[in-house]
Formats: sequence, C-alpha cells, structure tokens
Amino acid sequence: MINIGVLALQGSIAEHVHSLSMIEGITPCEVKSASDLEKISGLILPGGESTTIGKLIKDFALTAPIIKRAKEGMPIWGTCAGMILMAKEIVNEGYVHLGIMDIAVRRNAYGSQLDSFNSTASIPIIAHEDIPLVFIRAPWVETAGEQVRILARVNHRIAAVQQDNMLATSFHPELTTNLAFHKYFTGMVKKYLICG
Amino acid sequence: MNDRYELNKNLAQMLKGGVIMDVTNAKEAEIAQTAGAVAVMALERVPADIRKQGGVARMSDPKIIKEIKSAVTIPVMAKARIGHIVEAQVLEALGIDYIDESEVLTPADEMYHIDKHQFNIPFVCGAKNLGEALRRIGEGAAMIRTKGEAGTGNVVEAVRHMRTIMSEIRRLKSLPREELMTAAKDMAAPYELVVKVAEEGKLPVVNFAAGGIATPADAALMMQLGSEGVFVGSGIFKSSNPEKMAKAIVKATTFYNKPDIIAEVSEDLGEAMHGIEISQIAAEGILSARGW
Repeated sequence: MINIGVLALQGSIAEHVHSLSMIEGITPCEVKSASDLEKISGLILPGGESTTIGKLIKDFALTAPIIKRAKEGMPIWGTCAGMILMAKEIVNEGYVHLGIMDIAVRRNAYGSQLDSFNSTASIPIIAHEDIPLVFIRAPWVETAGEQVRILARVNHRIAAVQQDNMLATSFHPELTTNLAFHKYFTGMVKKYLICG
Repeated sequence: MNDRYELNKNLAQMLKGGVIMDVTNAKEAEIAQTAGAVAVMALERVPADIRKQGGVARMSDPKIIKEIKSAVTIPVMAKARIGHIVEAQVLEALGIDYIDESEVLTPADEMYHIDKHQFNIPFVCGAKNLGEALRRIGEGAAMIRTKGEAGTGNVVEAVRHMRTIMSEIRRLKSLPREELMTAAKDMAAPYELVVKVAEEGKLPVVNFAAGGIATPADAALMMQLGSEGVFVGSGIFKSSNPEKMAKAIVKATTFYNKPDIIAEVSEDLGEAMHGIEISQIAAEGILSARGW
C-alpha cells in the first residue's frame, strides 16, 4: 500500500480522502503534524481558505518540513487554495506561503461566489475522456515560469500546471466523482517511489 | 438540482473545519481575517448587543457591507431577516458570497421563510432539529447551522441542537424504508430528503454549529459532536482580547481532538464574554424559537 497524505487543517479534506480511497493500492492519510509528514509518499493540499491554511501551517511549524519534502522530490498537488499555498507569487499580496512552484496566481480571480462555475475540458495527458471542472471562488495562474508545464487552460486562463514533482489545479477534482486527476497524481507518487 | 445549487453547496464544503466570525465593520473583518477566519458574517450589531439594546434588528447598511467586502479576501456573508425577500435581494445585488436567513434578526415574516431556490446566491439557515434542517434545505438552503441561543455565550442550546440533529440522523438510518414516509410526516420534512438522509447517514449539505460558542473549548466541543465548522458571534468581539480569542478558537477548531493544543491556546485569553443562563431569559427573548 502507498500512503498519500491530505493536509488536514481546513477545507475539502474528507473529499480528497474519499477520492483517494477509491483508488486501489492507496491508503489516504490525514496530515496534521510534521511527524505525519514522515509517513507519506505524496501530499495533497486541499481546497479551503488559503489565508486560514497558510496561517495554520506557519503556526504549527509545517512550512519548512513541507518545503523540505517538496525539494526532496516528493509529489505535492494543490487544489485551489492549495495552488495558492504553492505559488512563488500571489498577485496583489505582499506574502507567499510555501513558495515552491514557479507560478504567479491571482486569488478570487473570477469574482465572488456568484461567479463560481462548472466547466469541462479535454486534458489528454490526464485522461482520454473529458474531465468535469468545478471552480469555486477560484484563482487562476497569471504567469508561469519556463520550467512549468501548462496542462490546461479554461476560458483562456491557465487552470492546471505541473513543475516536476508539483501539480496545481485552480479547480476541485475532489468535488466530482471523476478520479482522473487523483489517478494521475497517484502515478506521480508511484514514479517517485521507484525512481526517487 | 441545478448546477448553481451544487456550486453553492460546494462553497460550504470549502469552509469546513473553519471558523466564521460575526463582524460589524471593516476593522473587525480585518481582525477576523488576520486571525484565520474562513469567512466573516456582516451584521448590524452582534447578538449580545441586540439582546441588550432590543428594538428591531435588520440587515446591515449596504455601505458597511461594501466596506467589509473590500477589506477582506475571504468570503463575506451577511444576515437577512427570516422571510425578508427584499433584504435577500439587496444582499445578492451587493455580490456577497452567502446569505444567512437568520433568527438573530427580527423576523419579517412569521409564516414563511424565503424561497431560496429563486436566488443564485447561497443561503445558510439555522435549525434546532433534523425536520427544521430538512425544511430549510427543501426551500433551497445550501448550508445548515444549529440555532443555539445567540448572544448568550452559553453553548448549551447549540449542544442540544447538534445532538438532536445527529441522533435523529442515526435513527433515520436505522429505519426500514416503509417507515420513512411516517418519519417524514412526524418531523414535517420533505420525503425525498428524509430518504436521502436515511440512505447516506448525513445531511445533504454542510452542517456548522452556531449560537453561544464563546471559548476555544466550546468550539472544539461542537466539532467533537459532529459539527463541520463553527460560527462565532458575540464570543469574539465581546471578549476582552478579540484578536487572541479569535486565533485561539481557529486553532481549537482545527485541533478539536487534541486537548494539549486546546489547553495551550486557551491559556491567558483574558475574560470570555459575560454569559447568560438560558432559564433567566424571558420567553420572548429566546431567539431560537423564531422561524419554524
């Protein structure tokens, strides 16, 4: 069994745990402390409020250990708030959280809850079938560095990116029954366990 | 169910494990956001002041709501009176993120709640028991909270309401299908929702605790009883050190099953809000009796 962690401080934790539990060979683990981080081979940063989760990782001394594991090559995937946590730059804000991914993101880029929306996209590298995408007060990627591969654009805005062992999506695969992104991330974790 | 309703339930899912704080102006909203609130709730006066000052409590001034909206990046909620369709329309026009059709404000309609299906904006509503929760969901609420007894700093009613909802869910789950129609009749709840709860063993929307939460331990208690997050009203800005209290409640909500962390954050918080014994409140002062 492979242990994949979900940062369990606030947000769509149960949803990610449920999606992971649907994939054979994966044991989902809730991560609340630095010692929990030692037991996993991949980490999901869920949706939620990035300001809240960002404060909690700082106050409970999780920032440095997460950055360390990311630098060692452990796969990390951020959805929505998780993407904001990973970004090296947050547009119009004077702070960053983990700052591990070479992207600049704009928070609440589409507007308020009245501007939240559903969409679908064909993302061949992730799945053959179209993937349902749920955007909730979503950010978008404004600019991405040269090392960052753009996986999907929605309405001309960058919505999914990968940089080596790091994956980020501005939408929420955990809110749908489609497991394509969770399976893709599981593949990244398996590759990491084999190749290091 | 349409897409918009699903998206509105989805936003509540993003708030899980978090604390939503009552604020009356932009400055308080900033303090709440800095402390780690997942959302703020705009209202004219906090419940403890409404209780003390009396009079009709209404939706906030739109100007203040706009100021709060521009002061923070987290979701902004605001309260409308029960049945006050136009206050809800105004709040939707202001482009906030969630409306609380709330018994804390003076009801505008003693017979009917708002038909929330007519709106694009999501609603959260209070409930004392499962039947009431399902009636509100039937009307289109995308999130439920316990009513508790707002403005008292006394958690006993929130505990009662959460325990009641949870035990009624467990009971429904154990019933054979042919008994569900009678259960729906007895709790005056829509049959389809009763069946859904019986099958899934949980409410079809996110369920928070509210009404009387005044300390980090109160918040953690509600989480241990099955709440998915908490609303804190007067408990923060009526305490002697709102900033510190707000931060402590956020941490206790996340680490609700870690007594050592709750002990640490509860230390030296100064005075919590002054509480009220529920039996000392005259019948007309019981806010949770508003709505049905």
